[in-house]
Amino acid sequence: MGEFEPLAPGPSGDLPSGSFVADQTMALGETLAPGHVPGEDETFHEKADNRWLEMWRSLVANKAAVVSLVFIVFLVFLAVFGPWITPYNPIETNMANSLKPPSPQHWFGTDQLGMDIFSRVIAGTRVSLTVGLLAVSIALTIGLILGAISGYAGGKTDTIIMRCMDIMLAIPSILLAITLMAALGKGIDKAVIAIGLVSIPEYARLVRGNILSIKENDYVSAARISGNSDFRIIFKHVLPIAMSVIIVRATLGISAAILDTAALGFLGMGVQPPQAEWGDMLGRARGFIFQAPWTLLYPGMAITLTVLTFNLLGDGLRDALDPKSRIK
Amino acid sequence: MPQTTRPSENSAPQSRGANVLLEVKNLSTDFVMNKGTVHAVIDVSFTVHEGEVLAIVGESGSGKSVTSLSVMGLLQPPGRVVEGEVLYRGQNLLKLSQNEMRGIRGNQISMIFQEPMTSLNPVFTVRNQLTESIRTHLSLDRKDTFDRAVEMLALVGIPSPEKRIRDYPHQMSGGMRQRVMTAMALSCDPQLLIADEPTTALDVTIQAQILALIGDLREKIGMAVLLVTHDLGVVAETADRVVVMYCGRVVEEVTAVELFERPLHPYTLGLLQSIPTMEDVDDDEPLYMIPGMVPNPLNLPKGCAFADRCEKRFDRCTRQVPDLYEAEGRKLRCFLFAPDHEEVRP
Amino acid sequence: MTEPLVSLKHLSKFFSVDTNLFGRTTSVLKAVDDLSLDIYPGETFGLVGESGCGKTTVGKMLVNLYTPTAGEIWYEGQNLAKLSKKDRRHYYREIQLIFQDPYSSLNPRMTVGDIISEPIRVNKLERPDKIDDRVSYLLNAVGLSANSRNRYAHEFSGGQRQRIGIARALAMEPKLIVCDEPVSALDVSIQAQVLNLLSDLCDEFGLTYLFIAHGLNVVKHVSDRVGVMYLGRLVEVAEKRELYRNPLHPYTKALLSAIPVTNPAQRKERILLEGSVGSPIDPAPGCRFASRCYAKGDCVGCACDAEMPELVEVSPGHFVSCYLFDGE
Repeated sequence: MGEFEPLAPGPSGDLPSGSFVADQTMALGETLAPGHVPGEDETFHEKADNRWLEMWRSLVANKAAVVSLVFIVFLVFLAVFGPWITPYNPIETNMANSLKPPSPQHWFGTDQLGMDIFSRVIAGTRVSLTVGLLAVSIALTIGLILGAISGYAGGKTDTIIMRCMDIMLAIPSILLAITLMAALGKGIDKAVIAIGLVSIPEYARLVRGNILSIKENDYVSAARISGNSDFRIIFKHVLPIAMSVIIVRATLGISAAILDTAALGFLGMGVQPPQAEWGDMLGRARGFIFQAPWTLLYPGMAITLTVLTFNLLGDGLRDALDPKSRIK
Repeated sequence: MPQTTRPSENSAPQSRGANVLLEVKNLSTDFVMNKGTVHAVIDVSFTVHEGEVLAIVGESGSGKSVTSLSVMGLLQPPGRVVEGEVLYRGQNLLKLSQNEMRGIRGNQISMIFQEPMTSLNPVFTVRNQLTESIRTHLSLDRKDTFDRAVEMLALVGIPSPEKRIRDYPHQMSGGMRQRVMTAMALSCDPQLLIADEPTTALDVTIQAQILALIGDLREKIGMAVLLVTHDLGVVAETADRVVVMYCGRVVEEVTAVELFERPLHPYTLGLLQSIPTMEDVDDDEPLYMIPGMVPNPLNLPKGCAFADRCEKRFDRCTRQVPDLYEAEGRKLRCFLFAPDHEEVRP
Repeated sequence: MTEPLVSLKHLSKFFSVDTNLFGRTTSVLKAVDDLSLDIYPGETFGLVGESGCGKTTVGKMLVNLYTPTAGEIWYEGQNLAKLSKKDRRHYYREIQLIFQDPYSSLNPRMTVGDIISEPIRVNKLERPDKIDDRVSYLLNAVGLSANSRNRYAHEFSGGQRQRIGIARALAMEPKLIVCDEPVSALDVSIQAQVLNLLSDLCDEFGLTYLFIAHGLNVVKHVSDRVGVMYLGRLVEVAEKRELYRNPLHPYTKALLSAIPVTNPAQRKERILLEGSVGSPIDPAPGCRFASRCYAKGDCVGCACDAEMPELVEVSPGHFVSCYLFDGE
């Protein structure tokens, strides 16, 4: 006798059937049908698909999330229009002006090479946001594909892919990133690749987990019976439902990527001098902590505020997606 | 020879002058949600006497489960009892503190829920959960508690109880878990058992066992049962009296025998006619269907909630909600039975 | 003698529930064990059994959601396993499934129109401009109005969702529909509606049904012939009236006896079985029902414990798998 398939886990529904909450929710979907033949429906008051609308509403109800959204818009503005609004050229050195404390000419002061910190912080926004978004995009795309294949195919494929992911996760991400950078060389583009690659396992596992639970649902079986190819099923039926969770994680992932970028920059492995990048600025400021604390303070605050913002947004999104918070 | 049950004697205890154990008066429960307020339970009253089985029957949206949760004080927000009293031996349960309620729950009033997997903690063994319940209410020492737990498991028909007691809930089948939960509910000899769809998720043969067990215990310890269900077959097998609910209100209150022999409320009538029964194997007629659908609880119609599905409706039905009238030896919420109703009764 | 539409020959489905370090199976779940069954065109065959009996697994094998571990499925005189992939797919299109749970069998992100038209689109069964008409036709056939197509599944009640599921099953113009407990999850008064609908559709479209249920009272109304399963085996098969009037297998008798009667004046004596259904994992040899059988008597080491009894035709069309009726 050959080997048999393992028994698949049961489907996961949203609500346990028979619970009174299910009763109420079920009843809420029913229509008022005076004197009609059974099965005839009525005009509905609910809009067709207001999941996203409801999510938006929950989100804006969360003050912290709103503040963070506004701040992110501000950051994006800085990133896009940075070069035009910086008072000084961020990479222009001026040794005569080195290590000047904050003043009306230099709001954040200057660093040891006389470069205006304020301008550099603004310039750094573009770098951090770009790296953050790009790295997460890479990680998400590859992670999604790997997780989808792994979750849907199961068996040996699943095992192999997941063991690789486990190995990657066993190593602290910074160390792994540094190692990759050592292989790839220095430079901001290499940093994007390194951080992106390092973040893949997280998304792969997330997607795989979601797919495993969704895959057992009856409507996926129905799609199979209807003759859909596996590819279609993953992308049309399974993934869209997992999307909301993935988006939340990706938002939080951006803040992690920004931190990683700063860390690499701090170690001198990110941007090349004299380009402005917050982590790099922190790294250079190491020697001047007591003499010129502003060289540390402002880049540090920029990092902290940005990471905090994305975290708050991610939390807000997660709360908005949680169905329990929908009922008042 | 197969083990068989004897059909239980059909004697309604209140006719023997039994005491009132539970009295629910004008209970109303609302759910306040984003979309509006759902009046899940509207002005519901009934009594349960010592030793009797009262069944609350209804379909989804009828409010029967919410009623039982309100009685036990287990309602979660956004649900809220807005009116009424729940008198247990004269004491209003709704006015008790959480601590006082805990003293009564499990001890005097016990509850069985529908989904045994979600009511049993998967992280603790059966022994742990069973003995906790006994220890809390009966204050026995360790050995006595354990003995009683094993005794309860044997009572509910679990084979090798002293071995099975070490199992975790997921190691047992659905029917066993339901029986474990029944054992937990009965371990402190409660006066009143509230069973919310106790057999719906179970196989028919297991259902027969659980119902037989409840019947047994009723005879042995004189326990009263408030049975909440949509399964009229179960009601026929076990209930003494029946309360039928529709859209949050009581529409008929009558003895079980009378309900099946002579259903009077149009909803009850329709319900009984639409069930596929085991009789008439030769009957190939399509099943009777109640026309229309249950109204949206957010938007209950003015007047009788059943009116637009009722074949016997007339003008008054859509304008006013009928009271619960006493007629034909029972209570009926239908204008057909109002004292001032002129037309000929069915 | 009409040829059967579907013939299941010695069908088995085993799952692996425990493997040792090397991946060899150490514990086998025998969901379906050597099951043979013929379904004739136009008939409704009721398949009844309690949890763990494997009836759903049989249904899933018929629609190719599970691959049989052993045995063959013959459809319209062809052994499906021997056909080319293309031909097999063609035939499997003619066998559809209606799911038990109306809440998990419809994709929450798709409109009703999409759900019903998907099989048509995927298999290119209709010209794109004619698809809308077909969807309207199907919706009407199941008693829903045509403008339901733009709504989402969550806007409908349980009974209506089940109708949508039926419309989807009809979309591919099947010859055989496996109804997997289609009314178990519905309210009592809605069950009647859906059962009647299924009967009507059977006549209107000339369908054949495999109607799976867990209680004999439900199949009584729709079936022509009934089969009773226990732990993966068929224990009795007979024409409906014959089975209900003259049940032979001890399990069938217990099953019939356990059904509550809706007339308190007729509370009858019931056969109570000891213990619970038992496990399909690593079953002992011999009759699966032996451990609970009240008709077995005191004999130890008799045929009941040694080997599974064959399905024997005791009277025309009435088959039993029990040594009490073996050859006598």
